[in-house]
Amino acid sequence: MDQTKFFTASRIIIVAGKGGVGKTTVSAGLAMAAAQAGLHVLFIELDDKPSAEKILGSASSRGSGSPGYGNWGYEPTEIALPSGTGHITARRITATSALTDYLDTRPLGKVSRKLITAGIVELIATAAPGIDDLLVLGKIKALESEGVADLIIIDGPPAGQAISLLMSARALNTSISGGPIHQQSAEVLELLADSARCQVMLVTLPETTPVNEMIDTAFALEDDIGVHLAPLVINAVESGTTLEIPKSLPSASGVVQAARFQNARTARQSHEIARLKERLAIPTLELPFLTTIDAATVAAAILHQIEMMP
Amino acid sequence: MTVGSIIANSSIIICAGSGGVGKTTTAAAIGVAAARAGRRVVVVTIDPAKRLADTLGISGKLNNEPHRIEIDAGETGQLWAMMLDTQATFNEVVRLYSVDSEQVKRITSNRFFLNISNNLSGTQEYMAAEKLFQLHADERFDLVVIDTPPTRDALNFLNAPSRLVRFLDHRVYRMLLAPSTGGLRIISAAVQPLLRTIAGVVSAKALDDVLEFFRAFEGMDSGFRARAQEVVGLLKSPSTAYFVITSPSVEAVEEADYFITQLAAAQLSTAALIINRLQPSFDESFAYENHDQTFDYSALDANLKNLNARAAMQVASIAQLVSRVSPAPVTFVPLLSQDIASPDALGVIAAHLVADQTQTTN
Repeated sequence: MDQTKFFTASRIIIVAGKGGVGKTTVSAGLAMAAAQAGLHVLFIELDDKPSAEKILGSASSRGSGSPGYGNWGYEPTEIALPSGTGHITARRITATSALTDYLDTRPLGKVSRKLITAGIVELIATAAPGIDDLLVLGKIKALESEGVADLIIIDGPPAGQAISLLMSARALNTSISGGPIHQQSAEVLELLADSARCQVMLVTLPETTPVNEMIDTAFALEDDIGVHLAPLVINAVESGTTLEIPKSLPSASGVVQAARFQNARTARQSHEIARLKERLAIPTLELPFLTTIDAATVAAAILHQIEMMP
Repeated sequence: MTVGSIIANSSIIICAGSGGVGKTTTAAAIGVAAARAGRRVVVVTIDPAKRLADTLGISGKLNNEPHRIEIDAGETGQLWAMMLDTQATFNEVVRLYSVDSEQVKRITSNRFFLNISNNLSGTQEYMAAEKLFQLHADERFDLVVIDTPPTRDALNFLNAPSRLVRFLDHRVYRMLLAPSTGGLRIISAAVQPLLRTIAGVVSAKALDDVLEFFRAFEGMDSGFRARAQEVVGLLKSPSTAYFVITSPSVEAVEEADYFITQLAAAQLSTAALIINRLQPSFDESFAYENHDQTFDYSALDANLKNLNARAAMQVASIAQLVSRVSPAPVTFVPLLSQDIASPDALGVIAAHLVADQTQTTN
């Protein structure tokens, strides 16, 4: 498939997956791949964890010693990339920052302004659960409408939380009738249902529990939320060739043990990949097991897989 | 100290680690190892995905009450398991500190309370700690093993009791509470625009629920606060052991390192480090020349070297972690091919946990 066609299928890609499947690595690699395809990418991190910044930061400062982190914030930060490519801007959008941003636009007195603290955010989020999620999605929707980038990539929350994040709009739209939140949730719902604007990319490992969880998440996202799924990413896939072990070799030897170990792993992975494909009729990107994790290597693997897609 | 002796002597074991490292399975395996050592152990999971039940081979049977799991554990050993129900546990706490049943009813039927018990960050951790406290006092058990929520912040668990108290103590809520007769109308003019804004955001009905809740909660604070302190005291007691669980992946190791730092900042030490899913390494001393020379061994040899390189990388990536927790014991649990879905399968992991291991992978 053509790279540009792949990266412009929707203006937002939310990357989601169970903990430990490499969701952040895939998000960062995807941003790098899209930038290499010439696009202007906005990369959004939804919490304060440093991992994505470490990966994308290392791409900018390759060969120049250790990368620094702690630079990403609510305001956009430019990621330095090799010349001749598009560019990546990164921001962190948390519920607290989105709510403060929202309340800042309201007419408030001095005292009230002082009270806008984490405590108030917590109170509001508790009084109307899901509102923190909705405010984050609302901010992302606003960025999409403003056309700040060709593609917005979101390093989403772990799978379970991804469902509640995306469900927040529907729940609030039903429970709050009228007012700014109702309006906001209606607009977010519209965004989520439009595959040209927003798609969710699920990431998994070719192992039993992550695959089960991906299948459940995929059904929940499509059926309950009506969001469109981008190709599935299966991460850390072994080469897939079965090693031939001559019978004459002693089975206790390291070389035979190693071959059996790898063959068993390959067989398990093929089984899980087949099961996943049977349950979900969605194209897949199968990324190889990588020993070095940097955005450029992951991007190359992603671009190679996109090329192989029909 | 060995992992086995910690399991034999602690009264509480808290398993901390990021998601996807096999924390639930490890907690269950610790339970099996403890029962085999003759202890009456209860394993508590907070994971609503029913993974503990699946791991124990009793799918769908766990709830907020301990359930006895049949295993072969000699005469005295007993294994129990339960799945935390945050809402039910919170209701128990409210019942404990309310002045009368009328107050219980007003609080537990309040929508804001239901939201707090299900959505306020830290509530789940607090209720886990509360349940730990109850089970610790329960004479049926002499060891409680808990599988903490997959939070980034290990201290969430330790701080949760005081955080909830702080939430209820926050000056904004104090202010909301102050005019307990007139509601919104007589709240100071300075706060009114804020309340109007909040009402505009969350709806007037939701704000009414909030005010109603804080009024209903009045009088319960002191009991609540005292209990929270007792719970924190138990979490910091020397007979409570913190196990940090990780896999050798770069991300998981980073998270584990962060947990250890946080524990140290709270003046707690990591009792044991459990490293799951470590890929084994293999003996390379095989002499191909003594075997069939017509066969091309290059693919087999490349695989052997590749796997050993990966194993070495894993060992290198955890080396710093291992030295950080010293002198705490470190246990390596190899990557197992079978799915863990019965107490017998757990027994294999339990055996690894208590086996006397040196700090190498083989």
